[in-house]
Order: sequence, then structure tokens, then C-alpha cells
Amino acid sequence: MTIDWANFTPWMSLGGGILLGIASAVFILINGRILGISGILGGLLAPKTGDIGWRVAFVLGMLAAPVTMSLLTPDDFISVPRIEAGYVMIVVAGLLVGYGTRLGSGCTSGHGVCGLSRLSPRSLVATGIFMAAGFAIVFVIRHLL
Amino acid sequence: MTHTTVHRLSEFAVGLLFGLGLLISGMTDPGKVLGFLDLAGAWDPSLALVMGGAIVVGFFAFGSAKKRTTSFLGGALHLPTAKDIDKRLVIGGLLFGAGWGLAGFCPGPGIVTMATGEPKAALFVVAMIAGMLVFQFTDRKPKS
Repeated sequence: MTIDWANFTPWMSLGGGILLGIASAVFILINGRILGISGILGGLLAPKTGDIGWRVAFVLGMLAAPVTMSLLTPDDFISVPRIEAGYVMIVVAGLLVGYGTRLGSGCTSGHGVCGLSRLSPRSLVATGIFMAAGFAIVFVIRHLL
Repeated sequence: MTHTTVHRLSEFAVGLLFGLGLLISGMTDPGKVLGFLDLAGAWDPSLALVMGGAIVVGFFAFGSAKKRTTSFLGGALHLPTAKDIDKRLVIGGLLFGAGWGLAGFCPGPGIVTMATGEPKAALFVVAMIAGMLVFQFTDRKPKS
């Protein structure tokens, strides 16, 4: 294994990760909610009375993040998205992510961050599986095809 | 301010904080995500630090949440109750992981990158919502 030192951003990633942890902590302790993006979004697609406002407020907050970031920091502070996938690949990826996260009841935030923080065996299994699938697909695309 | 206003403002603030965390951590850059998932290439370990940093904070928060019966704002604490490790969890994880590895986007970063004005991220989010709707309209198991 070789480490990609040129792209390794230990302090930004650790700092950003701590912010994700603080957001998850505030959400469960203050609002009583699990911070899981696929669950929050999925609930908006099957709306129930009294269960919509908190989801909309949260998603609007997320959408406001890039403009807030650009007001607070210099232009080159965060990394510009590098998107290798073409349009067809993007659509296939989106369909798989949408269907898979609903079937498996969670994604990187709900299972990966909140679930592992709760020491949930179910989330540990889910996280292990989606990470393994991610490693496998990238290996196939980058090294076999 | 009414109680509902306090709730909505705090939920907005948490969403904003989470979005900023995704941007700062590098999760909104698919190149970085794929660099982490590419163990056989030049490996970028950054994402391990993202997860590690988040989980260390989360561990203490959920530890104290488990001892409470209500949130600080006085509402219910919606802690998950599902414990079963079943076919749905396994297949869902496999499909999600495959999609994640194809494009380098998971749901949160897809949404935040869309908001930066990136058309491919917007397309990803539209397809993701379509995938969620397909699940919703074809799923036979009654929701608990």
C-alpha cells in the first residue's frame, strides 16, 4: 500500500469530522433526532403530519452551507469537487445509493457516524458491508477494467 | 419565540453545521472519497480521520443520550430500536456501497455539493431521490 501524501489532509479531515460529530451530538441531545441523511430525506418523500418541519429545516441548513463557507473563508480553503464519473455513471450511482440506503435503513451518517457512536452491532455490520462494497467497486473500476 | 420556532432554528443550525463539516472534511470532494476507497492505488487515509473524529464526539453524546428520557428541548428522544441484522440490511448496504464507490457521493455530500452549483451533484441527488421513491413504491414490508 502506498499513501497519497499529496492529497492527505489530516487536520482538515479531523476538524471536519469533529464538526460532524458535534452536529450529531447536538441533534440527538437537543432535538432528540438521529442525524441520518437518507432517513431524513426518505421521510420527506413519505410525509406524515407533524413530521415534516424538522426535516425541511435541517435540509435547508445543509443547503446553506456552501454559501456560508464562502462568506467565512478564503476561496481556496476547501477542496474543489473532483468528479470523475460521467453522467450515466452518476445516474446509476444515485439510483443505487437512494434504493440501497432506504432498504438498509441508513447511510454514512446514520449507520456510520451515529450507529457506530451508539455501539450498535446492526450499524457496525451495515457500515462494514457498505465500506467493503465501496472498496470492491473502486478496485474493479480502477484496477481491473 | 415560540417553542416550534426554537426547534426549527436549531434544526437549521445543525444542518448548517453538518454541511460545513462535510465541506471542511473533504467529504464533498468525490476524488477524495474515491482516494480513500482505492486501497490498491495511492491511498488517501483522510476519511478515516473524518469518521474517527465524528465517532469520538458522538460516542460521548450518545452515551449520555441513552441515560436520558427526553431531549434538552423537552421532546422525545428518537433513539433507534431496530436490532435485527437481516437480508435487507445486508443487501441495502451492498447496493449503497456499490453506488458510493461508483461516483464517490453518499447522500449528505451529494446534497451539499449540489448546493455549490455542481450540475453532476444535482443529477446525483435527483437519481438518488428517484431510487428512494422506487424503494418506497415497491417495498412490500409494512413499515414498523
